[in-house]
Amino acid sequence: MRSALTDRPIDTAALVAEVARGANGATLLFIGTVRNVNDDQTVTGIEYSAYRPMAEREMADIVREASERFGTSNVVVEHRLGELTIGDASVAIAVAHPRRGGAYDASRYVIEQLKKRVPIWKLEHYADGTREWVGAGGPPVVEAVK
Amino acid sequence: MTVTVLLFASYADTLGKTQLELDLSNGATVSDALGQVRSMPGADRLPPEPLVAVNERYARRDHVLAAGDEVAIIPPVAGG
Repeated sequence: MRSALTDRPIDTAALVAEVARGANGATLLFIGTVRNVNDDQTVTGIEYSAYRPMAEREMADIVREASERFGTSNVVVEHRLGELTIGDASVAIAVAHPRRGGAYDASRYVIEQLKKRVPIWKLEHYADGTREWVGAGGPPVVEAVK
Repeated sequence: MTVTVLLFASYADTLGKTQLELDLSNGATVSDALGQVRSMPGADRLPPEPLVAVNERYARRDHVLAAGDEVAIIPPVAGG
């Protein structure tokens, strides 16, 4: 199990190698990438920032929870911070499990919880030169308070 | 007692700073801290019930603060 924030490009092949074990019959790699359009606006790049110590702690909690719930300790997640361009990997999750069902469940759990709980923000840069904090107008996610 | 308030992303833009110190009376809660922040210039653009973390853990409105606590006002998260 491992989780990390990183300022450098994510080496997704290394994540897959990290979770590989002979007992695992299923390996999944999820990669979240920066897309070139959001809400009908042309996106040229995204700047990710975080409340770093809390984000690291929440990510470690999530990976541990996924491991306990779905029965594999072969779970790794990395999230990128800083300036990213279209197609860059912003997040990558590698999971290996004896069975495919457990691998899918664990991978899904990690990304859904990450998007709800981990204090990371993205400032989208648009083709017209404007910038906007994603989700800033929406309601806070109160389910995150445990 | 003094607590440190951290601001991020859109909230940091709104208040024009990333960190501030609050002087609160003993027994003050998260709600009291938010009340003080609301009196500051730009704070009228904060939502009515922003998420708050105390010492890196999400906290409720009635959470009682201690001297030296780090109170983070968390904008809607957008990782992934």
